[in-house]
Amino acid sequence: MERIPILRIGDLLLVSIQVDMHDRLAMTLQDDLTERIVSDRAKGVLIDISSLDLVDSFIGRMISNTAAMARVLDAQTVLVGMQPAVAITLVELGLTLPGVKTALNVEKGMVMLGKR
Amino acid sequence: MNALDAEDAVRFASSLLTEPGARVTSGTTLPLHTDEHVVGVRKLVREHALALKLSLVEQTKLVTAASELARNTIKYGGGGMVLAQVLDSGLRQGLRLVFADDGPGIADISQALRDGYTSGGGMGLGLGGAKRLVDEFDIDSRSGEGTAVAIVKWKK
Repeated sequence: MERIPILRIGDLLLVSIQVDMHDRLAMTLQDDLTERIVSDRAKGVLIDISSLDLVDSFIGRMISNTAAMARVLDAQTVLVGMQPAVAITLVELGLTLPGVKTALNVEKGMVMLGKR
Repeated sequence: MNALDAEDAVRFASSLLTEPGARVTSGTTLPLHTDEHVVGVRKLVREHALALKLSLVEQTKLVTAASELARNTIKYGGGGMVLAQVLDSGLRQGLRLVFADDGPGIADISQALRDGYTSGGGMGLGLGGAKRLVDEFDIDSRSGEGTAVAIVKWKK
């Protein structure tokens, strides 16, 4: 089955979404991430969407839900690398991703998670 | 299965308010039944948006609107099809997309367009959100017969 790889760096998990995700793949990623937070005892999750040229309401909801699930599993999520055109579209669509921390890139996201 | 077929979609598309005299210069249809089909629609719309030389922001808005509507067609309409047409009014070019299904129809369209309203587990942003992302939006829905949603984005 098609899957998006999750990398571990210390106590962080890093996901870089590089493909145009269909809905099932997005749900699989959400499930995989929550499982890995527990099995790897991760304290932080970085979701890199710098390669994504679209975030629609389904993907946006998956990101919000993943961040909420991570929070109750004692891990923080930082969404990094959103393209400006995607940000403009998301807000116009009505999605502001409340409760999701963001950073401009992976490096800044890692600093953010290291400071907690 | 294609009860509500390309012909219906074309008829609906031509009844949509667009610039008088706008010609349809090309048309493509794609089926909408699976998650992968939604990805296919995004790709097709992106290609058209690039060909029209839409700005990156306008491309992103159009592809996102298409993604929302394609998902609605599958999730709430039980599947259907999308028709993509390149329009030329002489003054400007645009892309029209018509999403058609032969599902249960939408009982209350104004309610369905309201942000936050959902009949099934979504965020309730799809229809109203898609409308905000494009230049023209029209919807026709008949109880028990199906729904057709048309959008147009013009090259500014």
